[in-house]
Amino acid sequence: MTVKELCESAGFSPICLPDPEREVEGGYCGDLLSWVMGRAKSGQAWVTIMSNINIAAVATLCDTSVIILSEGVMPDAGVAEAAEARGINIAATELPTYEAAVRVSQLI
Amino acid sequence: MRPAVCFIKADSSETGSDMSDSVKFRFDVDGSNFTTAGQASVQVKKNLRELGIPAEAIRRVSIAMYEGEINMVIHAHGGVAEVEVFEDKIVIVLSDTGPGIPNIELAMKEGYSTAPDNIRSLGFGAGMGLPNMKRYTDGMKIDTELGKGTTITMVVNF
Ligand SMILES: Nc1ncnc2c1ncn2[C@@H]1O[C@H](COP(=O)(O)OP(=O)(O)OP(=O)(O)O)[C@@H](O)[C@H]1O
Ligand SMILES: [Mg+2]
Repeated sequence: MTVKELCESAGFSPICLPDPEREVEGGYCGDLLSWVMGRAKSGQAWVTIMSNINIAAVATLCDTSVIILSEGVMPDAGVAEAAEARGINIAATELPTYEAAVRVSQLI
Repeated sequence: MRPAVCFIKADSSETGSDMSDSVKFRFDVDGSNFTTAGQASVQVKKNLRELGIPAEAIRRVSIAMYEGEINMVIHAHGGVAEVEVFEDKIVIVLSDTGPGIPNIELAMKEGYSTAPDNIRSLGFGAGMGLPNMKRYTDGMKIDTELGKGTTITMVVNF
């Protein structure tokens, strides 16, 4: 399933989707950036409550398919623009991290 | 691992001096700016892709370099990052003039971190950076002197 389809089916709000056709292959949940760097795999949807600019770099280097900001978190100022420029997809949801991840798992 | 010492010496030029078939990138890492932290690693990822390096090697290099780059920003007021690409391996050298690492064995332990609270609130400070660097590379060497600085050399074969 593509990132765009996932957002539509799951009801995640797109923040920026410069690469909407990217395929979602599994998921990873985590907020400690170097933990995510060590574990997240290419193509995964990354569910996190971290909203600062460094998530764009982490997503770029881990090559995750989309950052899903959970628990009603919104990106800090400037993050969406930076992500858009780097081709990083970001979506947001009011759902808690666990439920957001379950929804990803059910849909893909 | 052999050329590590040569790189540290040949630190000024941007091409691989007398070592013929290599491409070298050099970046100044700004130690005061958190919004640009990680830029050198992101740029290296792009450059390596253009050179046609295998994806898995690019991933390992850029993740290991990112961890080192962030460490230079958080713990050492910035520094210099150099990446040299050879036919079958990539060598990353990160040098800073920060406080040095008092106990390398401790610093290498998963979960050990001296990151202050304001840095932790950004998602850093899990104490996983150095372990990740070791895990993602085929060789890693830390040269450090208290009050002088730290140079970390990493090699990724492909
Ligand atoms: N370049 C450096 N100069 C001085 N000290 C360093 C340097 N790099 C690492 N350290 C020390 O080693 C510790 C462990 O580093 P490591 O990267 O594993 O964890 P961290 O940076 O604290 O957290 P994380 O990388 O998980 O966000 C640091 O907390 C710091 O005390
Ligand atoms: Mg670190």
